[in-house]
Amino acid sequence: MTALPLILTVFVACAVEAIEALTIVLASGLTREWRSTFQGMAAALVVLAAVVGVLGPTITLLPLGALRLVVGALLAIFGLQWLRKAILRATGHKALHDEASAYLREVAAAKAAPVSSRGRVSDWYAFTLSFKGVLLEGLEVVFIVITFGDNQRNLGAAVIGAAVAVVVVTVTGIAVRAPLAKVPENALKFAVGIMLTSFGSFWGAEGAGVTWPGGDAALLVIVPVVAVVSLAYVAWIRRYRPPASLGQPAPATEGVTG
Amino acid sequence: MLRALKSFGAFWYDFVIGDDWHVAVIVVAALGLTALLAHVAHVSAWWLVPLAAFAALAWSLYRATSSRS
Repeated sequence: MTALPLILTVFVACAVEAIEALTIVLASGLTREWRSTFQGMAAALVVLAAVVGVLGPTITLLPLGALRLVVGALLAIFGLQWLRKAILRATGHKALHDEASAYLREVAAAKAAPVSSRGRVSDWYAFTLSFKGVLLEGLEVVFIVITFGDNQRNLGAAVIGAAVAVVVVTVTGIAVRAPLAKVPENALKFAVGIMLTSFGSFWGAEGAGVTWPGGDAALLVIVPVVAVVSLAYVAWIRRYRPPASLGQPAPATEGVTG
Repeated sequence: MLRALKSFGAFWYDFVIGDDWHVAVIVVAALGLTALLAHVAHVSAWWLVPLAAFAALAWSLYRATSSRS
């Protein structure tokens, strides 16, 4: 298998997480103080780099079969969770993730918090807000990078996909100086859910001892089948199980088919 | 310390397992059955995990849309 599907999947998954981290960093930097915000961000990035540096090579020491079974199970479960949420959001059963309102909530909390300094950090609130936001979203990125990278024995390609996503989101965020509310986050999550479920099922079954018909080429069938079945579930829910009150139906740009 | 460990565990549970633990149980059971078929009965049941994933997702969505409707 070429590295391109790996890089693209990691890129999209990490872009979604980076958008959420950007919302928190912007709220902290624009309403509190940039220096402490950057210090918090840098501290979180150091922790994340250490996690990748330690866990990435360690996990590759596991036998490939065991690695694929465990990581495949985790990815399939994780991917189905993303798909479930994306389908419920697309059909109006769950509120859409709104970066604009998330940003406003963070700004209100940041404005209300008192200023206190600790050591070289002049605004402890801005530091911790930025540190926590980047670390928590970053751990999700690390999980995806390590599982995909180690399974394909190509950690470097996964790191490239993640790094490009973070750079693209950061540069865009700096350029617009606002949360990226117009990004069709639910459609991206739906696509990532399909990829994670497909790769997870493929690797998990392979790790369990299965030989796929066509080998790696089976993924070219699995991915579209998972996509078609997921879209069928969206259509089924929209038609037969609409929400009782359509509080926030998915607009065309945010729905998975839009 | 205990609180930190608890929140760390809660974060990863929410991160990987999410809102419906039944999905995780079905996927793990399907992988276990696949391994059993492969190593004991020598049957390459490549179709089992995808089918279980579709069934788990359908069931989870059915439950979620029933309770919210």
